Amino acid sequence: MSRVVLVTGVSRYLGGRFASILTSQPGVDRVIGVDVVPPPHDIGSADFVRADIRNPVIAKVIARAEVDTVVHMNVIATPTHAGGRVSMKEINVIGTMQLLAACQKAPTVQRLVVKSSAGVYGSSPRDPAMFTEDTGAKVLPRGGWGKDSVEVEGYVRGFSRRRPDVDVVMLRFANIIGPGIRTALTDYFGLPVIPTVLGFDARLQFVHEDDAVEAMRLATAGSMTGIVNVAGDGVLLLSQAAHLAGRTTLPIPTPLTGIAGNLFRRTGLADFGTDQMRFLSYGRGLDTTRMRRVLGLEPRYTTREAFADFVRGRTLRGLLSPDRVEAAESALLETALALAPSPRTPVDVAATVQP
Amino acid sequence: MTAGRRSERILAVAQAASEVGEALADVLAEASADASGRAGANGARRDEGRRDDAEGDGDVAGRVADALAFLRRRLTGEFEVDDFGFDPELTDTVLMALARPLYTRWFRVETRGIENIPDAAGALVVANHSGAIALDALMTAIAVHDEHPRHRFLRMLGADLVFQTPFLGELARKSGATLASNQDAERLLGAGEVVGVWPEGFKGIGKPFSERYKLQRFGRGGFVSAALRTRTPIVPCAIVGAEEIYPVLGNMPTLARVLGLPYAPITPTFPWLGLFGLIPLPSKWLIEFCPPVPTDQQPAGAADDPMLVFDLTDQVRQTIQQTLYALLVQRRSVFF
Repeated sequence: MSRVVLVTGVSRYLGGRFASILTSQPGVDRVIGVDVVPPPHDIGSADFVRADIRNPVIAKVIARAEVDTVVHMNVIATPTHAGGRVSMKEINVIGTMQLLAACQKAPTVQRLVVKSSAGVYGSSPRDPAMFTEDTGAKVLPRGGWGKDSVEVEGYVRGFSRRRPDVDVVMLRFANIIGPGIRTALTDYFGLPVIPTVLGFDARLQFVHEDDAVEAMRLATAGSMTGIVNVAGDGVLLLSQAAHLAGRTTLPIPTPLTGIAGNLFRRTGLADFGTDQMRFLSYGRGLDTTRMRRVLGLEPRYTTREAFADFVRGRTLRGLLSPDRVEAAESALLETALALAPSPRTPVDVAATVQP
Repeated sequence: MTAGRRSERILAVAQAASEVGEALADVLAEASADASGRAGANGARRDEGRRDDAEGDGDVAGRVADALAFLRRRLTGEFEVDDFGFDPELTDTVLMALARPLYTRWFRVETRGIENIPDAAGALVVANHSGAIALDALMTAIAVHDEHPRHRFLRMLGADLVFQTPFLGELARKSGATLASNQDAERLLGAGEVVGVWPEGFKGIGKPFSERYKLQRFGRGGFVSAALRTRTPIVPCAIVGAEEIYPVLGNMPTLARVLGLPYAPITPTFPWLGLFGLIPLPSKWLIEFCPPVPTDQQPAGAADDPMLVFDLTDQVRQTIQQTLYALLVQRRSVFF
């Protein structure tokens, strides 16, 4: 059982929640949270150490505290949260390299848990409906977060070759959603009208933030190794999700999506690169057999329930909110009944009553 | 009496549209009656008596209410799709209803051997492919759904070109199709679905008219190994009639390359008549499902034995070819 756990990215929503849950975990003596800014939220009894994982200082932190489990949650998905794409890439790639270099030098480290993403699978029309962990991307992500995740996983694989004595776990999360977390996708569904790609309706899969934290806890506390997909059951279509959030969609023809994406990025409304556009066209599904069998996680929320919880939590209300649509339906029905050729309906009613 | 009222209304619609042409109006009336009748089924598409319900449920108010409820579910997202993006309610209520007149009136499809498709278990339907665009896949899907006592959905396997094409890809996924890959085929068969595959692919639908009813190469036999791995029976299926809907006389390779398509056909009507050239010729269709080829008696690991896979592929191909010849003899003429 682990005793001293180091958690990177603790000042971000998921990292903070995970660290505070970990402190109450039996068998965990000490939790050290690392980030460049102090956590804006409560991280329980975890110790916060202000350190930059891009800096060799992190090696000293690991050595001094005799850390035996390192949980890397500092792969950032949204450039706006990191202060631009350049700094995001540096945090993701250089940060991971530094952290792994430090782990390699630390004999006390026995377990490494990395929060990766389903972005490594890319998104293309040649994809199987559900990705298993051993399926490679048909079209490798070419930029942004997906590419960072691919590189991070590459470094982690290199690390596990050099330190075969360390147990390595990588969790590939579907899009994490919930009332608390803020990602590019939650911003997107917060838009009053949701731009989509004309002629496509992507399959989306979500995992609830509570289930994501639980998955990290199981991966940290357990003894399993390897790569595991983490996602809620079922899929939602993009248009369906938009309607569930009470939003109308604005389909944009494929040739214009680049311009539209730039426009949204410039105005800070949503953060979309080419990969995201592909994702919004073709979508992606994850096979979660290993999640149940190996990790032992039974998600509390399905994809649909996770999304519903997000909609509830944000109190998203749009033009197509259920009560409005229902009101319109009954109004239309009344009009239709009033207009319907009256002699027919009563006869029908009589016919059904008689026997 | 309700049935009488229904035909009355269909007649009324037909009269109103008489200037468009009686036949066309008839087709439309059936489509609309069909669509509104099915709207009430509400995702819970159950088998027995469904058709009787649709016929018995004659009152206008009920239909309007059903249609509105369907629209509301669409607008609020209150419907279910499976992992492959298949939307049974939409397929049943809208897509199939739109294509059904083509099945019943235009091609007058006759289906045989539907009992060879199991009631609940999985099966792999392997059929010949022809006709420039894959209308034969659509008609087979309607045949399986409408003629089978359990109204099963045929889960079609399509080329990646289908899924990268706007609208087509979206419709294909919603109507239950997925990528023709072993992974997806095995996942569907493992779940006990009826899966349809056209192993000739573009070689089949794009072949010239002079080669009609001559089966092309059957891919690499991937469908056989999928059936072997999941121990599902293979149902060979012969489709007669699709060859004549767009007789491919020539090809425009340069145009095809520019458009990124596998071929750009020249038919007697296309491209000469523009969009009218896209109307398929009303050939008479016969679809026969042959007795299933079992795969459960094969030894374990048979899927990894290339010789066995080739043999089985050949056996299925021969069955389809023989059935095609037999059906062609039985057909009185191309159009009747």
